[in-house]
Amino acid sequence: MKSAAFDYVVAKTVAEAASLLRQEGTVTAAIAGGQSLVPMLNLRIVVPELLIDIGGLEELKETGVTAAGIRIGALTTHADIEDGKVPDLFGGLMQKVASGISYRAIRNYGTIGGSIALADPAADWPVCLMALGADVRIATSNGARSQPINDFIQGQYTTSLAKDEIILGFDVPRSDAALRWGLFKVVRKSGAFADSIAVIVERGNSGAVSVALAGAVSCPYLLPTIAKYVGAGETSEDVLRAAIARDLTACAPQADSYLTRLHTSTILRAVRDMRTQ
Amino acid sequence: MKCVTVELNGAKVACDVEPRETLADFLRERCRLTATHLGCEHGACAACMVLVDGRATRSCLRLAVMCDGHSVQTLEGFRDDRIMEVLRRHFHECHALQCGFCTPGMLMMARDILLRLPTPDAQTVRNQLSGQICRCTGYTGIVSAIVAAGAEVGRVTGD
Repeated sequence: MKSAAFDYVVAKTVAEAASLLRQEGTVTAAIAGGQSLVPMLNLRIVVPELLIDIGGLEELKETGVTAAGIRIGALTTHADIEDGKVPDLFGGLMQKVASGISYRAIRNYGTIGGSIALADPAADWPVCLMALGADVRIATSNGARSQPINDFIQGQYTTSLAKDEIILGFDVPRSDAALRWGLFKVVRKSGAFADSIAVIVERGNSGAVSVALAGAVSCPYLLPTIAKYVGAGETSEDVLRAAIARDLTACAPQADSYLTRLHTSTILRAVRDMRTQ
Repeated sequence: MKCVTVELNGAKVACDVEPRETLADFLRERCRLTATHLGCEHGACAACMVLVDGRATRSCLRLAVMCDGHSVQTLEGFRDDRIMEVLRRHFHECHALQCGFCTPGMLMMARDILLRLPTPDAQTVRNQLSGQICRCTGYTGIVSAIVAAGAEVGRVTGD
């Protein structure tokens, strides 16, 4: 399997990358780790005329603790997070998510920015960052903008990213109170994309709970009903199932009975995972 | 065509490549290093595993142009590597290969596992190998070989 021919340029700055990306009449694409894009090139699902390598841009590497939480550069690899090279304010949630992405060889080069830019509905980072309430930092033609990830991801493989915009990274807010999380993922074989993945985050005992679901759905979703019931300390499984059913009617109306049962049990197990911590 | 300079198994190599050329094709077709095998060419089988800047990666998922100025190590570069010598011996003794097509990728990954997770148990090895496909052995021999090699390397280094 070989890609169709394209030109290749290494961008030295974000501004140069943006001006290359916006070229009229040319199909352009940005590449960093390439762990999703290269297979798509080889399968000729994506056929760019110009490939712009943004893998060396310093502006995309800014990572560290800020007053508000953690800033993660877009070029941070899954392996960097798995190996604890990114500061952790979330009780190991991101490390756990990272270690479950595909295989080590993919994690060595695949980046968190690439995962969000592609917005695969079954990917691990969109659902995780959504549950954590992260903002996406984006370089635009006249500066930079920041957008909640829930608004940034607009659908299956669809984001608000304009042709010449580049993800700089993510701001993930810290929790003032104790944070607990739960995670459950169903995959047909280890390393595969999820059939169903649920992440739940609880900030303090006051009931600020986020539940996010992804996998065989049209895009990752925040589930408000189950979040409210879990936040209120509801323990009855029947009540929780009814709450999940309401959320699934809204976010996955096309799900057949198998998928409905699968997502329901994934969410319940994520809740259980959190409550046993 | 673009000219790339790669530090390949310790030696500088400069070569013209097409931008769409994968590192795997560069290694096999231009450098005639055929230990790197190509199975699926889209990141599923891991027969083409190499190290780029010391990090294990699939050479079918890296463009050769992206390796300009970087170091690449293929299985050929590990002929005299101590851990690889132990792994080769245990692969032989545990019958960890039949046709041998996946073996270069298995050895590259096995070495990476032993460096990151010294003296792994069978379950750890199975988890770490889940991205590698072997269609002959059923993996049992491969897992045994890596566990045994890990124990031997651990004994020698005192881990």
